[in-house]
Amino acid sequence: MIEIVPREQPSRRLTAGVPLLAAIGSLLLAAIPLAFAGAPIIEAYGQMFTGVFGSLFSFTEMLTRATPLIFTGLAAAVAFRAKLWNIGGEGQLYLGAMAAVWVGSGMIEGPPILMVPLVLLAGAIAGGLGMLGPAVLKTRFGADEVVTSLLLNFIILIFVQMMLEGPLKDPMSLGWPQSEPIIDEAVLPQLIAKMRVHAGFLLAIGTAVVAHVIMAMTVWGLRIRAVGENAAAARHAGMPVKRIFLAVAFASGALAGIAGVSEVAGLKGYLTTDLSPGFGYTGIVVAMLAGLSPLGVVAAALFIASVFVGTDSMSRTMGVSSFLADLTVSMSLICVLLGGFFARFQIRRVRTEGAA
Amino acid sequence: MIDLLQIFLSDSFWAASLRIATPLIFGVLGALMCERSGVLNLGIEGIFVVGAMMGWLVAYLTGSLWLGVIAAALSGGLFGLFHAILTVPLGLSQHVSGLGITMFATALMSFAYRTIFPQVATPPRIEPFRALDIPVLSDLPFLGPVLFQQTALTWLALAMVALVWWLMDRTALGVAIKAVGDNPDAVNAQGLSVMRLRMGAVVAGSALMALGGAFLTMSAFDAFFFGMVNGRGWICIALVIFASWQPGKALLGALLFGMFDALQVRLQTMAGAVVPGQVFLMVPYVLSIIALIIAARKADYPRALLKPWFKGQR
Repeated sequence: MIEIVPREQPSRRLTAGVPLLAAIGSLLLAAIPLAFAGAPIIEAYGQMFTGVFGSLFSFTEMLTRATPLIFTGLAAAVAFRAKLWNIGGEGQLYLGAMAAVWVGSGMIEGPPILMVPLVLLAGAIAGGLGMLGPAVLKTRFGADEVVTSLLLNFIILIFVQMMLEGPLKDPMSLGWPQSEPIIDEAVLPQLIAKMRVHAGFLLAIGTAVVAHVIMAMTVWGLRIRAVGENAAAARHAGMPVKRIFLAVAFASGALAGIAGVSEVAGLKGYLTTDLSPGFGYTGIVVAMLAGLSPLGVVAAALFIASVFVGTDSMSRTMGVSSFLADLTVSMSLICVLLGGFFARFQIRRVRTEGAA
Repeated sequence: MIDLLQIFLSDSFWAASLRIATPLIFGVLGALMCERSGVLNLGIEGIFVVGAMMGWLVAYLTGSLWLGVIAAALSGGLFGLFHAILTVPLGLSQHVSGLGITMFATALMSFAYRTIFPQVATPPRIEPFRALDIPVLSDLPFLGPVLFQQTALTWLALAMVALVWWLMDRTALGVAIKAVGDNPDAVNAQGLSVMRLRMGAVVAGSALMALGGAFLTMSAFDAFFFGMVNGRGWICIALVIFASWQPGKALLGALLFGMFDALQVRLQTMAGAVVPGQVFLMVPYVLSIIALIIAARKADYPRALLKPWFKGQR
């Protein structure tokens, strides 16, 4: 017989090592689908590696891909800390992007020093309101925010389509549903000439540091963690639990909204309905891989961006479906979940003495 | 007004309502079984994809639709087993595990599809389930088209409502499943295995969910497309709360939903010139949120939902 026994203290070594082990584990597991696809495995891994680290361009592509993932990862990490299940990052990202093109495509004109913060602020507010809705439905009516935030993703994406065929449509786009371009003053500048990586990346790193400081060193961070760990106890201690919950919801949505601004104002220049290949959902994996730590989010986002960029490159040369990246990322989530189990529990073999 | 009346009097409207409701009936019943045992299964969206892909694939390879249905149920059950292992004996977060299963299942099915059918311009098609043709019954006015010209899978869904109702309300096993979702300690005290009951319920529920997916590729359409499930799984998670975890109300909820969806398609053709089409596309998701708000306040959740249980603790 096998018995599962909780450890008295979660193993620190294991807890710290789980994300790394999960990342390595998911990469190794990718060999199975690779074998099924009939690709030479060692060569495929080699291609993935050079696809990221082979040139300055490919490396900066990875940083470009990591940028929205840091924001959506932070959005999920902050929310999950307070046990607020924000699964609506994808929708909030689009709300942020929509606000960015609304404000930033000529409605207001000003110098960059004004325009860039303005566009970011608009996106943050739009995204924040996008999560405040489900949070209010939860506190007012008890409607599960998992389901409402998930369903809102679909509603918002259809809404974006509607706007792109209506009020936000670029009249110069020849019938193609895309928004007017962001004006030059509102664009997040490139960091390196001829590379796509943009100031959004630095902003993402900065945001992660700020989030780390808030979570680790301020009263607000303490409150958020207290609400997440034991809401009843926090209420008993006199904390305004509902207000904290709503504030976290707004902050989380705002972070996802900024991901959308960064993609529109830093990378694409205008809004289409294929702005995000699921960055909102992938942010959940980023947050879990990071153990919900803001600085860990940066590392996890870099890893997952590497998986995507590396797999894309390998997929082009070796003809393996690029869905392998999604598969690897989903396996890393399951690995990190399993790893958390082994950090908290011991599995012991117990002798069965007569009794069955 | 007259137009609206005409819609409600037409047999095609009611037939469409039942047709749209079919995958949701499977899905809500599946979610109901899982949640009654105390396990939230957010893997549902991915399990729909599994059912859609595996059912269609096996039907395509073997030429037998029913083999496809069986394959869909079995592979859905397999993914359910995965979720059950993670959440029941290991007691891991049901939210995260479920989302993980959805991501994993969706990615695996997409990868498998692309690997088996690299670069096909048009997706390979199967000969889907055809409308039933029962002598006399199918020719009845009104009732014929609404009930007796549906496909076999719609009837399977209706039969499953009866089966799940009978199982949950009339058998000792069903009572045990409901008890394990409310008070696992009491079930354990009676000498029943909490673990086996929960795992069994999750596997069976997931098999039902997969049939909802299979309906999409084998009855509603005749091929597999990426993104074809399109949130139907999440809608079922909202509907099961609306149905207060009862099979009869699950059928009612799915039918109401099917009616609204069928109605919006018809209103769209009537009001299409005035209102953008996307407004109507939002309707199903908005409806689900409204249903959730209505039901949430008085929702009587299974008391041990989301709570892992370990033998010998507390």
